[in-house]
Amino acid sequence: MKLNKASMFALMAVLELASDPERQLSTGEIAAKYGISTHHLAKIMRDLVHNGVVSAVRGVGGGYRFSGNAQRATLLDIIKLFETLDAENIVPLSCRSDEPVIRELQRIANEIDDLTKAVLDTITLETALKSALTVERRE
Amino acid sequence: MNEAVLTRIATLSDLGVIIALDELRPSDEKSAYWQGIFDRYVMSGRKDRIFLVAEVDAVVIGFIVGEVRAWEFGSSPCGWVFALAVSPEMREMRVGKKLFDEICARWRKIGITTVRTMADRDNKLTLSFFRGMGLRSGRYIELEKQID
Repeated sequence: MKLNKASMFALMAVLELASDPERQLSTGEIAAKYGISTHHLAKIMRDLVHNGVVSAVRGVGGGYRFSGNAQRATLLDIIKLFETLDAENIVPLSCRSDEPVIRELQRIANEIDDLTKAVLDTITLETALKSALTVERRE
Repeated sequence: MNEAVLTRIATLSDLGVIIALDELRPSDEKSAYWQGIFDRYVMSGRKDRIFLVAEVDAVVIGFIVGEVRAWEFGSSPCGWVFALAVSPEMREMRVGKKLFDEICARWRKIGITTVRTMADRDNKLTLSFFRGMGLRSGRYIELEKQID
């Protein structure tokens, strides 16, 4: 499974902001830190505000601040705002879907997909941040 | 709060509270199950089998059980946690962490350096807890099937 760009950018921004909920950062600052498109990130930030994950701070020195619950929100909670993660239909529509081999290939794809979701749904933002720092220190 | 939580080996008189905290087993099977666990993990007196409770002011608020399993399909000896529960009123107070840290410390003393567990993929509470303790998907993969 490959996450789309919007999900990845959203995870970067949310984790960055959640690492210090008191701090506010602009889209430009987040984009510069992660080497991603400011234009693309701006739209994602609007969606995150709309869903209550971050709040917009207006005025001079404004930006965004994390407003979710890092102990409860999981990576999947953020990803689901940008994509469904429903099991992809790996078999081209032109194929005969009643063939046992094709149905088995789809079941295998579903199994992989379920495992991926189970991983993403049990890692909270807090755990991801803690783990990132621990691994960093070790290395 | 965490300082007020004490951990110790379970006693027979704790089983009533442990049965009440156990939300996973059918109620008619709990009593026999936990008596069996107590016999195997406490009465055996083995250092690799651990059954701990957490208490505050002498009231039991959680438990953890595990054992060392060795050489399953070549896996070197590791600690297996197979039961953990904390009273719903006492959650998010690091009671589970205290129990987990204690069971790991006891295994470390006898040379164990890896800990494993397994939980239903829908059991988000337990899986998130273990992730928070630093556990990740390991080299061994759980497989299963219905036996016809």
